[in-house]
Amino acid sequence: MERKTVHLKNQASNLTPGTKWLGKWNRNPYRIVKKLGYGATGSVYLVETRTGQAAVKIGENKMSLTSEINVLKHFSKVKGNVLGPSLWDVDDIEIGNETYPFFCMEYLKGESLLEFTKRKGVEWAPILMVQLLGDLDRLHREGWIFGDLKPENLIVTGPPARVRWFDVGGTTKIGRSIKEYTEFYDRGYWGLGDRKAEPSYDLFSTAMIFIQTAYRERFNKPSGNENSLDYLSRRISNMYPLSPYKKILLYALKGKYTGAQWMKKDVMAAIEARSYKRSNTKKITRSAHPVKKKARSGSNLRKNNRNKENSSYRVEIILTASFLFLSSILYFMGQWM
Amino acid sequence: MSGGKIRQILLLTDGCSNQGEDPAAVAAFAKEKGITVNVIGILEHGSAREHGMKEVEDISMAGGGVSQVVYANQLSQTVQMVTRQAMTQTLHGVVHNELRHILGEEQEMEDLPPDKRGEVMEVVDELGENISLEVLILVDTSASMKAKLPMVQEALSDLSISLNSRTGGNHFSLFLFPGKRKEVEKVLDWTPKINSLTGTFNRLTTGGVTPTGPALKAALYHFEKRQDRRSLIEYGEEDGPFEESGF
Repeated sequence: MERKTVHLKNQASNLTPGTKWLGKWNRNPYRIVKKLGYGATGSVYLVETRTGQAAVKIGENKMSLTSEINVLKHFSKVKGNVLGPSLWDVDDIEIGNETYPFFCMEYLKGESLLEFTKRKGVEWAPILMVQLLGDLDRLHREGWIFGDLKPENLIVTGPPARVRWFDVGGTTKIGRSIKEYTEFYDRGYWGLGDRKAEPSYDLFSTAMIFIQTAYRERFNKPSGNENSLDYLSRRISNMYPLSPYKKILLYALKGKYTGAQWMKKDVMAAIEARSYKRSNTKKITRSAHPVKKKARSGSNLRKNNRNKENSSYRVEIILTASFLFLSSILYFMGQWM
Repeated sequence: MSGGKIRQILLLTDGCSNQGEDPAAVAAFAKEKGITVNVIGILEHGSAREHGMKEVEDISMAGGGVSQVVYANQLSQTVQMVTRQAMTQTLHGVVHNELRHILGEEQEMEDLPPDKRGEVMEVVDELGENISLEVLILVDTSASMKAKLPMVQEALSDLSISLNSRTGGNHFSLFLFPGKRKEVEKVLDWTPKINSLTGTFNRLTTGGVTPTGPALKAALYHFEKRQDRRSLIEYGEEDGPFEESGF
């Protein structure tokens, strides 16, 4: 790789499968299996390590990964380490004459959020949102805001399906300002708030992701003078799968949820109400027929009974009549003789 | 950075200067005065024309700042990113100098083990959040910029949102060039928020010349005037003297 005369910036982003190196400080061996992707701050590779497969992110420049590493370190101190991928090693890689920072983390295997909901159906979207909101709640309680929350930073692992985030580069301490964001998921872009790191910032992004699962692609803000809240509200109404969650989504877009747990509770209630309603109507339709049938057959029965009653009544009358007739004939015959 | 402040000039332009002194020279002088010059080059949509974009890089290099060439629709995110980056860069510079004092001349940031680097970054983040920032925005309003001005306006209010989400104080000032009768015109004096821009760009008459150098010089002078006035009026009080509006 030393022989390559590519642009400096690309050296760390163009490592070929099979490339091996030892970390500069910790001397851990790595071998590249394949490239997984690249982000604003660096490239991610699947690598073979002493302990198995892992993901390695190599930074574009000297300081680019430092914030992300700091965040991951904080996360690994949190009990249970549920907030992000586990951080295994932080080191430098020397390529040619240049040194680039890298870190090694748990490899999350799965598919992107949008691919998943496209393949499995949109009814999965609210479920994944509930999972995400639970994670956000824990993150917020630890004093952090995710910041650059978007489908590209979310992956669905499993089965069982579980949404996980992996790029924590935009994660910011509560109270500071958001530095990394993507316009579509940023309330500042929509003119619906500032970029202060607070729970409602992440909840806005969550709502936008939810909306995107129905549309499958991003759209631009309205040109001209249309109020962006009205516009988004219209966008939500246009998509049938979103309608049960419209109230919740608007509440989040307005920044009215103060904590992820409240939004989570509401989404769960909406899912429940929906499935209850559905199973209820099902029950009604399912039970309606037999009931009707029973009713119909019941009345038939009764009718039959009535017929039977009628006929037996008639028989009785005929019998008594003929009896009276015969006995009167016998009487007259007796008189006659 | 001077007196716990970061001072920046943000230049938005779409091409070559054609009047007055070399803007890169003025930028180099600004750097010496502790003012960073950042430049955003705005491309014509549909054309891959990099013509005139060399100057963009030259000015920012001379001014110790950051440059970026983008299409008008990417402006919002770029403006805030460039400002942030330049801020972090400045702060890193300051912290590096301090470290060099402590660790010795030859010590560079990357010579530190990753752990220590993380700690330095925390310090820089903390500073970037709390430090006061003064940004003088210089917008090229020559004829070819006319169609892009609404985007510029949007990007500037977006920048205001971003920076005002920080804990530290902000002051913005806006200059346009060429001005109506002069080479450069001040449309907004130091103010903590840029939401009073609506309309400013609409009543503009765009001119033909691009006096980037003189405009930078005027910006520099405006910074200096502020500095002088402060040192004359009061000394100890932080951030106080800018409560009164206008000159």
